[in-house]
Amino acid sequence: MRADTAAAYVIRGARLAGGEVTDLLLRDGIVAERGTGLSGGEVVDAAGLLALPGLVDLHTHLRQPGREDAETVESGSRAAALGGYTAVCAMANTDPVADTAGVVEQVYRLGREAGLVDVQPIGAVTVGLAGERLAELGAMADSAARVRIFSDDGHCVSDPALMRRALEYVKAFDGVVAQHAEEPRLTAGAQMNEGEVSARLGLAGWPAAAEEAVIARDALLAGHVGSRLHVCHVSTAGSVEILRWAKGKGIRVTAEVTPHHLLLTDELASSYDPVFKVNPPLRTAEDVQALREGLADGTIDCVATDHAPHTAEDKECEWAYARPGMLGLETALGVVAKAMVETGLLDWAGVVDRMSTAPARIAGLDGHGGDLRVGAPANLVLVDPRSPWTVEPHGLASLSVNTPYTGLELPARVVATFLRGTPTVLEGKAQW
Amino acid sequence: MIGHLLSAADLDRDDATLVLDTAAQMAAVSGREVKKLPTLRGRTVVNLFYEDSTRTRISFEAAAKRLSADVINFGAKGSSVSKGESLKDTALTLQAMGADAVVIRHPASGAPHRLAAWVAGSVVNAGDGTHEHPTQALLDAYTMRSRLGRVDGLRVAIVGDVLHSRVARSNVLLLATLGAQVTLVAPPTLLPVGVDAWPSEVAYELDPVLGKADVVMMLRVQRERMNQSFFPSAREYSRRYGLDGRRMALLPEHAIVMHPGPMNRGMEITPQVADSARSTIVEQVTNGVSVRMAVLYLLLSGGTKEAFREG
Amino acid sequence: MASGLPAHLDASRSDGADARTVLDAGALARTVDRIAHQIIEKTDGAADTVLLGIPTRGTPLARRLAARIEAFTGVAVPVGVLDVTLYRDDLRLRGARALERTDLPDSGIDGLNVVLVDDVLYSGRTVRAALDAISDLGRPRAVQLAVLVDRGHRELPIRADYVGKNIPTAASENVKVQLAETDGADAVVLTQGGTR
Repeated sequence: MRADTAAAYVIRGARLAGGEVTDLLLRDGIVAERGTGLSGGEVVDAAGLLALPGLVDLHTHLRQPGREDAETVESGSRAAALGGYTAVCAMANTDPVADTAGVVEQVYRLGREAGLVDVQPIGAVTVGLAGERLAELGAMADSAARVRIFSDDGHCVSDPALMRRALEYVKAFDGVVAQHAEEPRLTAGAQMNEGEVSARLGLAGWPAAAEEAVIARDALLAGHVGSRLHVCHVSTAGSVEILRWAKGKGIRVTAEVTPHHLLLTDELASSYDPVFKVNPPLRTAEDVQALREGLADGTIDCVATDHAPHTAEDKECEWAYARPGMLGLETALGVVAKAMVETGLLDWAGVVDRMSTAPARIAGLDGHGGDLRVGAPANLVLVDPRSPWTVEPHGLASLSVNTPYTGLELPARVVATFLRGTPTVLEGKAQW
Repeated sequence: MIGHLLSAADLDRDDATLVLDTAAQMAAVSGREVKKLPTLRGRTVVNLFYEDSTRTRISFEAAAKRLSADVINFGAKGSSVSKGESLKDTALTLQAMGADAVVIRHPASGAPHRLAAWVAGSVVNAGDGTHEHPTQALLDAYTMRSRLGRVDGLRVAIVGDVLHSRVARSNVLLLATLGAQVTLVAPPTLLPVGVDAWPSEVAYELDPVLGKADVVMMLRVQRERMNQSFFPSAREYSRRYGLDGRRMALLPEHAIVMHPGPMNRGMEITPQVADSARSTIVEQVTNGVSVRMAVLYLLLSGGTKEAFREG
Repeated sequence: MASGLPAHLDASRSDGADARTVLDAGALARTVDRIAHQIIEKTDGAADTVLLGIPTRGTPLARRLAARIEAFTGVAVPVGVLDVTLYRDDLRLRGARALERTDLPDSGIDGLNVVLVDDVLYSGRTVRAALDAISDLGRPRAVQLAVLVDRGHRELPIRADYVGKNIPTAASENVKVQLAETDGADAVVLTQGGTR
């Protein structure tokens, strides 16, 4: 683990999300001073750059333990830092599954050793993600990893009675269940969004109703028992409507959307290239528009990457045999800039809320997502909002190359990332 | 040009007509005493079959051999395919063997598209999952044209499990390209969501369609589908969508009955209908060889697509 | 230029500065007559003879020859069409082409004297393909070859039995036979530039 007692840095002339241009002195892990003409540290010229709180990802697959050939906590952490993240929540579907205090502590420890981002493990809701009986949620909450988010992501907690119990049980330690909303009886064998494109391609359809039905059910359950619910990777216009309704009723539900669901559509499956296979699947242009609007108006609280590395063997094959999932950490900010900022749906303050403040609040991660005020932990990212770059899979830090954005030009670039005052990325390059 | 035939949508009207015209000349050769042509001498055609389909494999094999191509059958059983070798590795092997064309049958939709990205030769889709089976559609169109004189303007009813049918998908696309009017007839459970975007009509009742149909194409319906509640029972399916003698009598005098095979006699079609003079089921098999000869000839003769149409 | 092609690539262009008419309509007709007479003479009055035209322009030429033979002798010589495309050895280079219908006369060809008819004899590869095609279709007593133009440059040991006109050419030149049936008017022109 790297020491946090690095040298001091003066960020010279950065613009904050609110518009103010200022210097920032980073020292002893915090923002020590703010103002103009600051000195006392190595100078980082940030003229024309945005200084934003470090990004927080609620939904990252780091693949360790079990699939270290696809990603490790360290390689995923490097990808996260390059993407501007200072904290990521590691999903529980590892091998072994993160359903015990032992496994979540292992992941937590690996994250600390890598030291590039704060790795916050997510615990499984049910033993082995099997959806049959609750994992020892309290033991994970009490462990060194202090787990607060529980999710069977990859699988839906489809048994309504079990879901109700999970929602109730985690209230004892202010936990939240993050549901992968997918009614499995409606998606058996499903390969892509069910609609015109699936009909043409002869691929089994994944109907929007399979997601929307579970979100509606869980929102009703959460309201009934007075618990918090978080909905993973919302992908349909109908889901946005249901969330809007639930929030209007005062139900404590939060939701995330992935960058790829904000940009890509199911037409891409026409190539049968499984790099576009993901779960939930890419949807229609109408869904994309509704998700953007939902994120803009706050119905959807945040962007989460669902970064899901897969090896070449799991992707260079027939569509039906490929594993679902896409890389996301290094491209998330650029994709959000393209889908939300360039379209005028969000300003940079909005981006900060959806990619840092809101996810940090949902995950209960103190020290992340706050304003860059004096005394705050120096977790921040410098972004060049007018520096287009082209995605090249082998140029990414992830061990895997399954990005759906190959050849796409993204408008904004991460220049530097600081974790508690220490640069993890400088001049666009990882420092470790 | 290295061309592929992955989908019936790859063919515009001129292309499709050229295939059918060429197939007619190939059929003439099949009627001669010497049935072999030297056209593809020295070329290698690989039949890569991940599903057992003896009839389709034999049809392609006969087509390739009549054109003097060398044929290598790479079956799913007893080969590295069954030992878990990936499609990509198999593709690289075929590439190293110098396959000029690969005819692929695969249970996964889109597998031929993937293969086409990994081999230098032409890829011919011989049926992929629930996606397409373009040479079946071509031989069906050829059969319609030889029986009824044209395809343009024909009214074609395609009846049965459209949802899971690659034959239906390819036929809808090709028949629309050639100017036929297609009506899909099936219980709503066996039609895909999104079918309204297809260039075809949809009907849930068979009888009203029959009186105006020039062609009725019956699709194979697997009995096991009733276990997934696509329909309540085989008996109810047959009663509502099966083609029996009474329904055949509703057809116009000239109308023909087609089936891509293999048939479920007693399920979607009664033996009386299948063996009637209206039935083209045996002709379809014969025409399959001619159409596949035409496809292999047109894909493998090299040159540009423009030269394709040179007089 | 209407076709958008450079002059030397435009096959439809025959009246340009670099095109030279070798046979006009009248000369072409006289040439056909002469070939008809030679066939009559060599085949003992066109007995047991069939003419097989090789598409595209061999087909109307064969019909014309048959008409002239009948006019001169009263003998109706059967005429057929032999498409040799599937027997060519240069398909890889030239690409697939639409096939024409091979149509043998009712008499068949077994035991008969077959006269192949084509417009231009050049490399000899078309005739080679035709000989292979014939052997798959039957067993003639003899096979002869009639061409309107022999332009030389043989690549195979093949010669014509009846030649309308020998035209020495450079490989860079192009001989184009035009017939009323296919091209609207009769002529043989020599153009510069194009190979085949």
